[in-house]
Amino acid sequence: MVSTLTKNERHFAFIISVSVAMCGLVMAAAGRNDLLGTHGFIVFFFALGVTFILARGYYDPEPGDERFSAYYDEPIKAGIILAMSWAVFAMFVGDWVAWLLAYPELTFDEPWASFGRLRPVHTTGIIFGFGGNALIATLFHVMQRTARARMPDQLSPWFVLIGYNLFCVLAVTGYPLGITQSKEYAEPEWYADIWLVIVWVTYLALYLRTLARRQEPHIYVANWYFLAFILVVAVLHIVNNLALPISLSSAKSFPIFSGVQDAMTQWWYGHNAVAFFLTAGFLGMMYYYLPTRAKRPIFSYRLSIISFWGITFLYMWAGSHHLHYTALPQWVQTLGMSFSLMLLVPSWASAGNALLTLNGAWHRVRDDATLRFMMVAAVFYGVSTFEGSFLAIRPVNSLSHYTDWTIGHVHAGALGWVALITFGAIYSLVPILWKRDRIYSPALVEVHFWLALAGTLIYVFAMWNSGIVQGLMWRTYTASGTLAYSFMDSVVAMHPYYIARAIGGLLFLVGTVIGFYNIWMTIRTPINIPRDLASDHPVTEHAGAPAAEPAE
Amino acid sequence: MSIFGAHYNLERHSIGLAVAVVAVASIGGLFEIAPLFTIDETVESAPNMRVYTPLELAGRNIYIREGCYACHSQMIRTLRDDVERYGHYSLAVESQYDHPMLWGSKRTGPDLARVGGKYSDQWHVAHLDNPRHVVPESIMPSYTWLLRNEQKTDDLGDQLRALQRLGVPYTDDMIAHAAKDASAQANPNSEAASGVSERYGNDTNIRAFDNNSHKLTEMDALVAYLQILGKLTDAAEKDPANAGAGHD
Repeated sequence: MVSTLTKNERHFAFIISVSVAMCGLVMAAAGRNDLLGTHGFIVFFFALGVTFILARGYYDPEPGDERFSAYYDEPIKAGIILAMSWAVFAMFVGDWVAWLLAYPELTFDEPWASFGRLRPVHTTGIIFGFGGNALIATLFHVMQRTARARMPDQLSPWFVLIGYNLFCVLAVTGYPLGITQSKEYAEPEWYADIWLVIVWVTYLALYLRTLARRQEPHIYVANWYFLAFILVVAVLHIVNNLALPISLSSAKSFPIFSGVQDAMTQWWYGHNAVAFFLTAGFLGMMYYYLPTRAKRPIFSYRLSIISFWGITFLYMWAGSHHLHYTALPQWVQTLGMSFSLMLLVPSWASAGNALLTLNGAWHRVRDDATLRFMMVAAVFYGVSTFEGSFLAIRPVNSLSHYTDWTIGHVHAGALGWVALITFGAIYSLVPILWKRDRIYSPALVEVHFWLALAGTLIYVFAMWNSGIVQGLMWRTYTASGTLAYSFMDSVVAMHPYYIARAIGGLLFLVGTVIGFYNIWMTIRTPINIPRDLASDHPVTEHAGAPAAEPAE
Repeated sequence: MSIFGAHYNLERHSIGLAVAVVAVASIGGLFEIAPLFTIDETVESAPNMRVYTPLELAGRNIYIREGCYACHSQMIRTLRDDVERYGHYSLAVESQYDHPMLWGSKRTGPDLARVGGKYSDQWHVAHLDNPRHVVPESIMPSYTWLLRNEQKTDDLGDQLRALQRLGVPYTDDMIAHAAKDASAQANPNSEAASGVSERYGNDTNIRAFDNNSHKLTEMDALVAYLQILGKLTDAAEKDPANAGAGHD
């Protein structure tokens, strides 16, 4: 890692990590009577660890100019390992909280182990830990290949990756300690939010600087999605996290909006975290890895344009469907429902574009579990976007809202679409990055595929059943016009479904662990450069020029 | 043709593409969020609505810290079965001082928007300490540490001041007495107890919520908060016709 940085970059990296460590110390001192202090120590030790790694490699020989004739893939490798580590950790926590709902006494009487504190560890760990690291890694890979240009420097990708993981660590250590602002999928407190803005701006700058160096006149469609992902997530994050800390020595803050305006802002954010983090980013992934793995061009360029702008425009109106029949004015609910229905058009255009790309390559889908991961992901994308539009219809929502149906819908998307497309992309990427001719065991990829698919189906079917049963029990009346079931009746009825869900989740987790093992073993096999990687290097007509760049 | 031709040009310019993405993506939020601040009918008026006492606010922070909102909503919808089960549908004004709102998104447990006064303090204490003691089939976790943990009060003044800056009508007097009022609300025999009802109204619950007036616990705070839910204003009871602004 350090040996690929220039002297200048090592110097800057050292200054940055020491400054972050100092910030940690200041936080620890200022917040000594508050949970902020604990986070200060976490920041300090995290930065100290980075400083230590830097110091150890500080006097390694500098990389030579030959580096300009290859893409810079070191941070991508680290990103993949981090993504898989977060996946195993956060899916484990997810399955744990699933069992807690069936057996509530599994908390050891410890505050940190109760459902309410662990649930955001699961959601944050999956969305930001697993999803975010996978996006950073694949985005670094795709942007360099499609631009046929190396990243402009070696330091900023590491800053983005490590800085982002510091944010994730602050998030998931905060909840068990009791630090949360309670906004779903935006739980971290003000100082973590500010840090993420710094990381994100560097991310955007790195992305635009790489695009500026591109040797292709056109920006490939995957990059439109990645660009939208970075930009819109920045807008959403900043607006939804506007908050006033009670003092600079406290972790506690109050969001500046309240009540109905806060609710609308939160779900404008919440739904578009789904749209631009879990959809746009992963569509970017799909638009590169699915056609390259299938060795087929994208079915339709025009369909890509229509679906891209459709998603970018329509999604931002749809958040209010999370607030049907609430105190949110009805005109906003109606807008949310209408745009959610229209969203089906670009969503199915994307899913259809992906599946039609596979025409002529279906024999590969049959034989290659990696490509099949991506094919099934596109199917689940189509299924869950249809379900999303359906659930956004007000009368349907009156049944499904507040029930497990929503949880089932989210997991059809998160397991079936996000995780499966990511596994497909990672299995494609690992042999390329580590220069092996294939993954360690294709048979284990096959095992992982079937475990993941079975786990997803069990999970989703269990939640459909529990959600619909729950929703119906709440609204069932007796002949004499009174409510037929108490709330507790509906809780008791959920028990078998909660066990089924936990088993489905367990299968999915086992598949992920097997996947991580397979990736790890691939890295451990001896290098064996596949022939079709001969062209996997940037265009280097200007190979002489970049020497002047590190001063940027 | 020309649309695709224009796009053919746009995708050659990264900054142009970036500006177009932000512009196109911003429209939805501008149309849906901005008017909520300017259209008066969005939030009903409730001139006599009171603010959370410092102890109730501390309880609210515990509710947030423990992630109660992950399983309990505080938003009764305009649906017959919701209203019959939980009471009058929630009004926007009822959460106007809620930074953040806790409407929730899931009912693994029941809605709590109007749970205030529905059960005794004693029931809440027993239930939070071990839900299965009072509801045998409950799947809620036990919160045994609430009775053990002393409630911290030293930063409540800072909290009230921050909320005042955000527009919640806390007076300087309330801010100055925040820590004292928090202790006094759970200790009816203390001299400071009268100050709480002076500042927050005669209807304020002043009692030893956890049945122990010598120690201010997190249980006191959380139960004080739960007992005020749905009771900050009587807007919902008073005028259902007017209250329905913005609904069918």
